[in-house]
Amino acid sequence: MRIGGEGLIDRGARLDFTFDGHGYQGVKGDTLASALLANGIRLMGRSFKYHRPRGPLTADSAEPNALVTLGRGPGQDPNARATTVELHDGLEARSQNRWPGLDFDLLSVNDALAPFLGAGFYYKTFMWPRAFWEKVYEPAIRRAAGLGAISRVHDPDRYEKAFAHCDLLVIGAGPAGLMAALTAARAGAEVILADEDTHPGGRLNAETLEVDGRPGRDWAAAVAAELSEMDNVRLMTRTAVVGAYDQGTFGALERLAPDIAARRGAPRECFWRIAARRAVLAAGALERPVAFQNNDRPGVMLAGAVRAYVNRWRVAPGRNVAVFGNNDGAHRTAADLMAAGVHVSALIDSRPGATTDLDLPFFPGATVTDAHGRKGLEAISVATTSGIDKLQAECLAVSGGWNPAVHLTCHMNGRPAWREDIAAFVPRDGAVPGLRAAGACAGTFSTRACLEDGIAAAREALEEMGRTAPGTSAPRAEDGAYAITPLWTVPGKARAWLDFQNDVTVKDVKQAARENFRSVEHMKRYTTQGMATDQGKNSNTGALAVLADATGRAIPETGTTTFRPPYNPVAIGALGAGAQGMGFAPRRLTTSHAASVDRGAEMLEVGLWYRPSHFPARGETHWRQSTDREVTMVREAVGIADVSTLGKIDVQGPDAARFLDFVYANTFSTLKVGRVRYGIMLREDGHVMDDGTTARLGETHFLTTTTTAAAGEVMRHFEFVHQCLCPDWDVRFISVTEQWAQFAVAGPKSRDLLDDLLDTPLDDAAWPFMACGPVGLGGVQARLFRISFSGEHAYELAVPARYGDSLFRELARRAEALGGGPYGMEALNVLRIEKGFITHAEIHGRTTAFDIGMDRMVSRKKDCIGQAAAERPGLREDGREQLVGLKPVGAVKMLTAGAHLFNETDPADRDHDQGYITSTGFSPTFGHFLALGFLKNGRARHGEVVRMVDHLRGVTAYCEVQDPVVFDPKGDRVRD
Amino acid sequence: MTELLAKTPCAGLLPLRAGTTTLTEVDLGQLTSLAPYRGQAAALSDALHAAHGLAVPGPGQTTESDDAEAIWFGRALVLLAGPAPDASLAAHAALTDQSDAWAVAELAGDDAAAVLARLTPLDLRASRFPVGATARSELAHMAASVTRTGEQAFRVMVFRAFAQTLAHEMRTAMDGVAARRTR
Repeated sequence: MRIGGEGLIDRGARLDFTFDGHGYQGVKGDTLASALLANGIRLMGRSFKYHRPRGPLTADSAEPNALVTLGRGPGQDPNARATTVELHDGLEARSQNRWPGLDFDLLSVNDALAPFLGAGFYYKTFMWPRAFWEKVYEPAIRRAAGLGAISRVHDPDRYEKAFAHCDLLVIGAGPAGLMAALTAARAGAEVILADEDTHPGGRLNAETLEVDGRPGRDWAAAVAAELSEMDNVRLMTRTAVVGAYDQGTFGALERLAPDIAARRGAPRECFWRIAARRAVLAAGALERPVAFQNNDRPGVMLAGAVRAYVNRWRVAPGRNVAVFGNNDGAHRTAADLMAAGVHVSALIDSRPGATTDLDLPFFPGATVTDAHGRKGLEAISVATTSGIDKLQAECLAVSGGWNPAVHLTCHMNGRPAWREDIAAFVPRDGAVPGLRAAGACAGTFSTRACLEDGIAAAREALEEMGRTAPGTSAPRAEDGAYAITPLWTVPGKARAWLDFQNDVTVKDVKQAARENFRSVEHMKRYTTQGMATDQGKNSNTGALAVLADATGRAIPETGTTTFRPPYNPVAIGALGAGAQGMGFAPRRLTTSHAASVDRGAEMLEVGLWYRPSHFPARGETHWRQSTDREVTMVREAVGIADVSTLGKIDVQGPDAARFLDFVYANTFSTLKVGRVRYGIMLREDGHVMDDGTTARLGETHFLTTTTTAAAGEVMRHFEFVHQCLCPDWDVRFISVTEQWAQFAVAGPKSRDLLDDLLDTPLDDAAWPFMACGPVGLGGVQARLFRISFSGEHAYELAVPARYGDSLFRELARRAEALGGGPYGMEALNVLRIEKGFITHAEIHGRTTAFDIGMDRMVSRKKDCIGQAAAERPGLREDGREQLVGLKPVGAVKMLTAGAHLFNETDPADRDHDQGYITSTGFSPTFGHFLALGFLKNGRARHGEVVRMVDHLRGVTAYCEVQDPVVFDPKGDRVRD
Repeated sequence: MTELLAKTPCAGLLPLRAGTTTLTEVDLGQLTSLAPYRGQAAALSDALHAAHGLAVPGPGQTTESDDAEAIWFGRALVLLAGPAPDASLAAHAALTDQSDAWAVAELAGDDAAAVLARLTPLDLRASRFPVGATARSELAHMAASVTRTGEQAFRVMVFRAFAQTLAHEMRTAMDGVAARRTR
């Protein structure tokens, strides 16, 4: 229930929300947990395995119990920690892992079955039969033991990713972090101060401690205000730094404030990558519970959390509260509760010599041995020297001490060091290069010492960055010693919880040790301790203390498990922000894209490019109809295709020809100006890398084209060869792929079309096959290449890309007037298969020039990349799979790419494999399918019948081996 | 005679506006890449200065004259923007026309840097990336050139074919940043 007094809430701003369908009211500044507690709701969830009733253990992001699902429908957000969910008007939250309801959960029968559900239960029980693993056991276990669920449909919420850079990143805005940021900012450094809370201040917001003579939270607010006024500071609240990575890079998840996240276009969360020269980790410490019987009852909370609920949110977590601890924090808790007017029924201090001035029932040297009340704490049992007392309490505040939040210092394989005096692990220096821990996360617990350590950490970072630090002194603050006597467990017969989230008890850890899972990493996996959303933040140290005891080792010797990013759960939606729909990959669109889409073309993805598959004409309902028509159109009239996607590289310089001779297998230095030559390029290992035409535009000026697929690879290869193999050669190259829009004009009527289109008709003598040169087109300087990928008399016409859209429309219109039109990739493919031209389907990386029948193109008169390796034994042998053409000769007429070839009567298995098919298409020119493929010793087997078997599609066909070039084998048409 | 119509890379896509940020297509005039031949870097700079009144910029820098700008564009590569390149330059460098290869847009407004922070890993702090600084980097998975043209203004260049993606990614980032603005 809400109590009077000032906290960090705005009592005037009332907010309506629902939990499990019931309406409640909270106030601005509340978390879902504080608002529920204010409404007297302690039961917020059911435990993972035993379905035990649970309430919040913490008031922060370490929360293991109070996990809820926010919202409903496609964007529902499971496993939100009620302790960090910012309350807002209309918030809809639901409890998880219960059926049919939170109050009455049938699966709590698991709790009664607990003796059978201990450590290693799954491994022992669900072994046989194997067939049940996926179909029976897993679904059943998932239903019974689990967390919240995603909606399984497209998430409509927006997430964002962003980068930030700074000199100093300060992680955590408690006393140490605030002083570190202030010190560095005043020295002029560019500072990012990130904190997962809505308000900077850290523990100061939850305590009644004073700093500089005023309430700690007021001091924190004043420092934050000063920082936010400074241009060199970025204050990032609601931002949890979740990972430390190489070279000063940190990952951080920002939750946007609910009112902002609700705006149009706003993301729900933003995943930041922050690059910092130096970092100060001021992440504070996490309180740990003590394991005693039934210590998981709703109402049993960490003492620091109780202080937070009372001081910050002005919520009493029960009408009467008992406090139990092994350190002075327990006393402060009792004092704060009393000051707030909450009845404290007992203060139990496990240290025998403890004293107190507080006016309350005090039990030094005593322990809490049991907690009573199933759905909410009603009473506790206390063991004193005189026996067991049973005390009324709706809430028990427990403190087993504090664990420095060392997690980030371990993300690069660092291991923390044990400090006996505070009974906790602390970071080792230098575990993350450039990062220094300060304050409570370095094991420094008094407020004053934290403030000083923050200053010291900042000064160190400033000095390392070559900046002078101004003289900053720490304000006055509490400087008490941290007096603790370790207390991990209280003996008892019933279960005592270590890991609340995974239902791991003291017994489970002991059992693991007994069954020889003695390594802490093995214990973790056997018991599941430290897994799931909280990653054992409250339980790791306690569990390994129990393991150490059970195995007769010391805690440092037992060691910790590995801390890995992320510190807090991060939604995949945030990590992959933007990478859906249009944002999945950049779209590379040709200048003819809009006109092609206007014509109803279906677009294919080719790398990042989009190219038309075919252009449906009126009445055509199947792509094959369109493709057959387009092929025939090119063979009989004229077709237009956008070929701009092919890579184009401008090569210039005195050594340009020499360079091309070196990177290509064949020779380009002998090419005449104004002529084009086809070439193949080998990899260093002698296999074919790419092919394409190169035009000589001037004595020292070439234009090389690559395939669409390998454009980037070839450019990179050029750079490598030049920079690493022949840096002295005077040659320069640059991509001009985007500069030119280039269109194939192919077919017997192509010259008619161009003669009419160009400023000057083409002169036969000047434009033989493989000629190139400048042409004028309505005053625009264009380039014309008489080359052909179809086997027809054909040209490629290139204009500066700004004219691409206009030229494509013009070409298509003119082609249509001549009985032709635009054609797509499918037709282009059929045309080239008819001509036996290769693509990367054939030069797929495992084929040599010999294999594709181009061995003679590899010049032996000069050196070239890959030439020596191509001579290796085995790469030029008759037995190799060689490029062949195929046509169907049996009853089955369809040939499929990817099918394998076998001798007619051989079994279709691996041992009898003779080759495979790489490309197929239906040839309207010949009236049947044609294929290209590789067949052992294929060039000597033309005329032979082989069996094609496609095991994947279930197709078997008999086909005749033939020359790859079936259309116009002499090449008369291209020269015509 | 055929009349071909010119279309700019971002025609129909820009301008965009969200909150105080605008994204506008920019016409830089003629774009020519200058790649100095072996040992010709200094001579190219002299020739550039004589012909167009600006020096070859160092890595990460731009130089400007009244009618021309030279943008560092990569290893031993400069992009001359504005005029047609003087013929004298060809003696010292490989010249290649790139006027149609790039979609060029200016992002301006108080949130310009915040918008770019959603799209590129570049450190765009004014202390590291002052007015006139330029970089080749990644912008939403596209190879890009980014130049600071004003305190709150950046020029971004991506391949022409990426214009639609540029507009999409920019719009998304601009909307997200604008939504955070105090209202």
